[in-house]
Amino acid sequence: MMIRLKNIEKVYRTATVETLAINGINLDIAKGEFLSIMGPSGCGKSTLLNIMGLLDEPSKGDIKIDDQDIRSFSDKKLAHFRNEKLGFIFQSYHLINDLQVLDNVELPLLYRDSSAKERKALAAEALEKVGLSNRLKHFPTQLSGGQRQRVAIARAIVGRPQIILADEPTGNLDSAMGNEIMNILINLNKNEGTTIVMVTHDESMAQKTHRLVRLFDGSQVQ
Amino acid sequence: MLKNYFKIAIAVLKRRKFFTFISLFGISLTLTILMVATALADKMFNPGYPDYNQHRSLYVERIEIKNTKEGWVNMSNLSFYFFEHYVSRLKTVYKMAISSDQRSSNAYLNNKKLVIGYKYTNADYWNVLSYRFLEGKPYGEREIKSAERVAVISKKTKEAYFGDQKSVIGQYISADNINYRVIGVVDNVSGAVRNFAGDMYLPYTLAKDIKDTRLMGSYNAVLLGRTENDVPRMKKEFAQMVEKLPVPPDFNKIYCNADEFKTSVARRIAGDSTSNGITKVITVGGIFVLLFLLLPTMNLVNINITRIMERSSEIGVRKAFGASSKTLVYQFIVENLILTFIGGIIGVFLSLLVIYLINESDYISSFNLTMNLTVLFFSLITCFCFGLISGVYPAWRMSKLNIVKALKA
Repeated sequence: MMIRLKNIEKVYRTATVETLAINGINLDIAKGEFLSIMGPSGCGKSTLLNIMGLLDEPSKGDIKIDDQDIRSFSDKKLAHFRNEKLGFIFQSYHLINDLQVLDNVELPLLYRDSSAKERKALAAEALEKVGLSNRLKHFPTQLSGGQRQRVAIARAIVGRPQIILADEPTGNLDSAMGNEIMNILINLNKNEGTTIVMVTHDESMAQKTHRLVRLFDGSQVQ
Repeated sequence: MLKNYFKIAIAVLKRRKFFTFISLFGISLTLTILMVATALADKMFNPGYPDYNQHRSLYVERIEIKNTKEGWVNMSNLSFYFFEHYVSRLKTVYKMAISSDQRSSNAYLNNKKLVIGYKYTNADYWNVLSYRFLEGKPYGEREIKSAERVAVISKKTKEAYFGDQKSVIGQYISADNINYRVIGVVDNVSGAVRNFAGDMYLPYTLAKDIKDTRLMGSYNAVLLGRTENDVPRMKKEFAQMVEKLPVPPDFNKIYCNADEFKTSVARRIAGDSTSNGITKVITVGGIFVLLFLLLPTMNLVNINITRIMERSSEIGVRKAFGASSKTLVYQFIVENLILTFIGGIIGVFLSLLVIYLINESDYISSFNLTMNLTVLFFSLITCFCFGLISGVYPAWRMSKLNIVKALKA
């Protein structure tokens, strides 16, 4: 199993209020699966994705990724694990506007033992896969929304991770652009065998994936 | 990796120009002041010309005579008699340069007054100290014995008094209506080198106060040993001699020190006869530098926190893609060091300008401040500390940011 979530709970506490964002989720995601998560706003989709991506810690429960229990990992080991195994695509792209497209894409490789030449070559290759080889020297602000998301995909795949976690990757795009991004993800899953977990609001996009999980008020309803 | 940090550091600097200006202004101004202050201190503690034998010299400048019961203290320079009668008998002293404090006389040139500062010296003064003679020579024992009215003048005095004349040896200079025959012209000594700077040097036998047999007077001396190893022996012998000095009536204790150069400067600034003032100088200097650095550092820390927090999305992304907290701390410190080094370079140029202006203004005569390697070394160290101190805290705070929160910000 690529991702195994067992009885996951996430509680947010303030001085006066306690909010249960995720309530006892059990989920197994197989290697090479393309899974989508849907649900109304505030139901805990992104929280769940963040927990799977090791960006956030659950309040309770166990997570195993690629059969490894990551709860005992140190900050350094966790960072290394994320770098090797996971790639992220965010709704608002989160590109670094001060860096050129090529520099943005090579970012995950900066935290590995690779030479600058190697990094540039891999980043250029990833950009070619998303059809942006003619935009290497552009800055993110010079690109359209669809192009920015393609850069973000290139950044997510440049380190050849086994898992890609996409948080509403088409949320900020029109349907044509959204379809384009979706096709890239489908091809990635089909051709490279990458496991993809995608949070979406768009039913038509979710229907294109292998499996759909629905959440409501922090609990799995489908 | 470093190239990437450099790229982003420059991009961030360009992004918020006003912040960048404030940061760079703070760093460069502070560094300029520190560098000029270091240059001044360096000149004070390592004056160079004409005192090149510091390593085998001791300096005697002050005597204190106390009545410890009543709390009376008399303090002053020493008399010529003291040096001639007591110090010259010490076996470990190879040579001794005696000179008076600087006195001033007036000369009139075309109805224009020229103030000439002069000192009385002995003949060995010219052997202990390495004055550069531009023409002529110093006076020796013969001129001293016969109390000849001869003078060694500085280059500055020559130019002021004689104008463009090529050689002035044998010509007369009139000060307070007394004519002195010029026998030598020496290169100017910086006004900061208080004991050795002067416009005119005269044989001590022309002074009126040399017959005074009291211990206090207006002279000081440099005691030169044969080698550096003689210095502790000279010091010991000098202290033993002081112990045996006759104590004047109404007093019960005499204090007088023969100090190494740096100690003598520290004693003059912050010490007294029983404490050499080094600890005080270092403590006060350290506190001053610390406070002086603390203010811009705090300012930089604040600016850096704002700058870094603005980049929380970038921090989130970097962490998500595998940067550990330690790597991020390293990145932000490197970026901050780049900023401080740019500030440092501007600071070096500003310091050069300020030093040039100080030298040009001739506020302290023939000061010739220089930006030497010591000053540059201290500046670089300061710069490094600046970058480190002002970068570490914001970087550490930022590295603790929760990734999800950082991405949402």
